[in-house]
Amino acid sequence: MTTPSQTVGPFFGFALPYAADWELVPEGHPGAVTITGVVLDGAGEPVPDALLELWTGEPGDRGALSREGAGVSGFGRCGTAPDGSYRFRLAPPSRPYAALLVFARGLLKPVRTRVYLADAPDPLLGSLDPARRATLLARPEGQDVYRFDVRLQGEQETVFLEF
Amino acid sequence: MTHPPYLHPDYASTVLRAPSRQPLEMKEDPEAAELTGPVFGHGEVDALDADLTTGHAGEPLGERIIVTGRVLDAAGRPIPGTLVEVWQANSAGRYAHQRDQHPAPLDPNFTGAGRCLTDDEGRYRFVTIKPGAYPWRNHPNAWRPAHIHFSVFGTAFTQRLVTQMYFPGDPLFAFDPIFRSIPDPAARERLVAAFDLDVTEPEWALGYRWDIVLGQTPMEDA
Ligand SMILES: [Fe+2]
Repeated sequence: MTTPSQTVGPFFGFALPYAADWELVPEGHPGAVTITGVVLDGAGEPVPDALLELWTGEPGDRGALSREGAGVSGFGRCGTAPDGSYRFRLAPPSRPYAALLVFARGLLKPVRTRVYLADAPDPLLGSLDPARRATLLARPEGQDVYRFDVRLQGEQETVFLEF
Repeated sequence: MTHPPYLHPDYASTVLRAPSRQPLEMKEDPEAAELTGPVFGHGEVDALDADLTTGHAGEPLGERIIVTGRVLDAAGRPIPGTLVEVWQANSAGRYAHQRDQHPAPLDPNFTGAGRCLTDDEGRYRFVTIKPGAYPWRNHPNAWRPAHIHFSVFGTAFTQRLVTQMYFPGDPLFAFDPIFRSIPDPAARERLVAAFDLDVTEPEWALGYRWDIVLGQTPMEDA
């Protein structure tokens, strides 16, 4: 019988973040892109105590935890800043998307979604009306930077997924 | 129903953070990135990180405990080599976190964060001290039962679990909206560790056993 989920709570900050956790590739890695954005609650306020985890589906050759090696890792973690912002530096994934999990105080279980870096032909994107699909599309914003906001609740609520 | 719902108004922070729509059920896709997950190497985790009572100048105050168990998949198979992370308050109920304002003492000899990889049989084992209960501002006179926060990866991103382990017989269970957010009382009990005299080490530390099961088990959809 499955173990139930409980909230990550407000006090994970001294335990779960680790050095270079958001850097799936080192600075200067050829072709690297940055995904950045904010996490917002149902009132449109930033969520300053969320923890995001990104997974590209490819383990790569750089430590997921130790960050040893100059290569590529498929996993990253980033706690939000006081303004609700987060960021990940990664090599463009081979799939059109990266998987994203968001944990926070007030979330009794994580929300999971996908960050699509391109509006590619895709069964999930294809199943959504344009307004809902737009919540999964990262917006190019300057050189090699993509903007992806997570709206936990409300009018423009991000599409969340269940497997 | 195993997991709590997103919206549980007794836990006030859910009100503005719970999604208002049901999550979209994904169609089966063997290529989905979520069916795999990160792998953590033995070289990445220091064996000393599983003992939360060391690494400081002296010994932490409180009741020394051993917490051990297995990480299993929904079919009951052990999951070896998976990352287990824990964090907790000290024996006075205070976190080593700058935003914790509870006027209980910090312990210079206790930080309260640890991690390990499960062994070949899926076992994890931590040495720590029993955390204290602590107040929070959810409602008047609100107190969290003593708990250890757990984070577990498993073999797929779909199995990712963050939860809390509780101690048997805690009188605060009846008043805790986080514990009680799990609708099924039998499922709540699966978060309560068992005291185990075989895990207990004479003249040294009390032992608790707690197994963690990841993923959906058949027959209990969502
Ligand atoms: Fe806690």
